[in-house]
Amino acid sequence: MSNAVSALQGASFDGYCKVEEAGLTGMITLRGDLASDGVAKAVKAVTGAAMPGQGEVTEGAKGRVGWMSPDELLLIVDHADAAAIVEAATASLGDEHSLVVNVSDARAVYRVKGAACREVIAKLAPADTSVMQPGMLRRTRIAQIPAAFYLEDDETAVLVCFRSVAQYAFDLLKDAVEPGGEVF
Amino acid sequence: MLILECPYCGVMADETDLHGGGEAHLKRFGPGSSDDDFETYLFHRKNPKGVHFERWRHVSGCGKWFHAARNTMTLEVYGTYPAQTYEPPKDLVAKIKKKHPEWGGYE
Ligand SMILES: [Zn+2]
Repeated sequence: MSNAVSALQGASFDGYCKVEEAGLTGMITLRGDLASDGVAKAVKAVTGAAMPGQGEVTEGAKGRVGWMSPDELLLIVDHADAAAIVEAATASLGDEHSLVVNVSDARAVYRVKGAACREVIAKLAPADTSVMQPGMLRRTRIAQIPAAFYLEDDETAVLVCFRSVAQYAFDLLKDAVEPGGEVF
Repeated sequence: MLILECPYCGVMADETDLHGGGEAHLKRFGPGSSDDDFETYLFHRKNPKGVHFERWRHVSGCGKWFHAARNTMTLEVYGTYPAQTYEPPKDLVAKIKKKHPEWGGYE
């Protein structure tokens, strides 16, 4: 077994918000018919979370489930459990037309902590972050790369991007929280 | 800045979140078609000044293709609708017609 490390191994930066790389995070892509009972059952079984509606992220005992598109979910779980969860979800889905893939090591995750976390994301994304509340998820871009974000609570934004652009994303966020750069 | 509502995500996405796909509802002429039809399919576009129907992709969002009806002159957006159709929804066409009685219609 190789020694799994996250993209920036917990790098962090203190600005007017704190930016930190979240470390190893389990991420699973699940594609299928989100309206089907089979998908809802599998999601519930492996994460404990209910099916998210359009633009939502739900939370269960074993992880979060984000609505990524009309036929795609993102399961956010413990990194160490991801492989077993993929197996369990695949087994639960059975013959249902679906796809479950462990993408943990293809992603990087950041937390932006602070009262102005929405503002920091707003500097980088063409999304209206002021309407974002915990429980909502938005897929958009930050500067030139695709990214998704949601709020864990009112002062913690979680941002997910591809691992190949992890450094770029961190540099953007670092720049956006630079003291003196406050907008409001 | 053009802002379109993705009919799948329900979010207002500006054009930097989207990718344009050109004129909507083209009829494809493939192998076996006449040279004229094939040429028309490949190269001839309406390119109107005014009401236009286009394909757009929510590229950094859900990744899905959808349709939009907008005005190329004023940038007014009349509406967006899913890709799974060969022609614009009737109510949308009626809405545009009401607003622009002089408009020749979708065809
Ligand atoms: Zn979308």
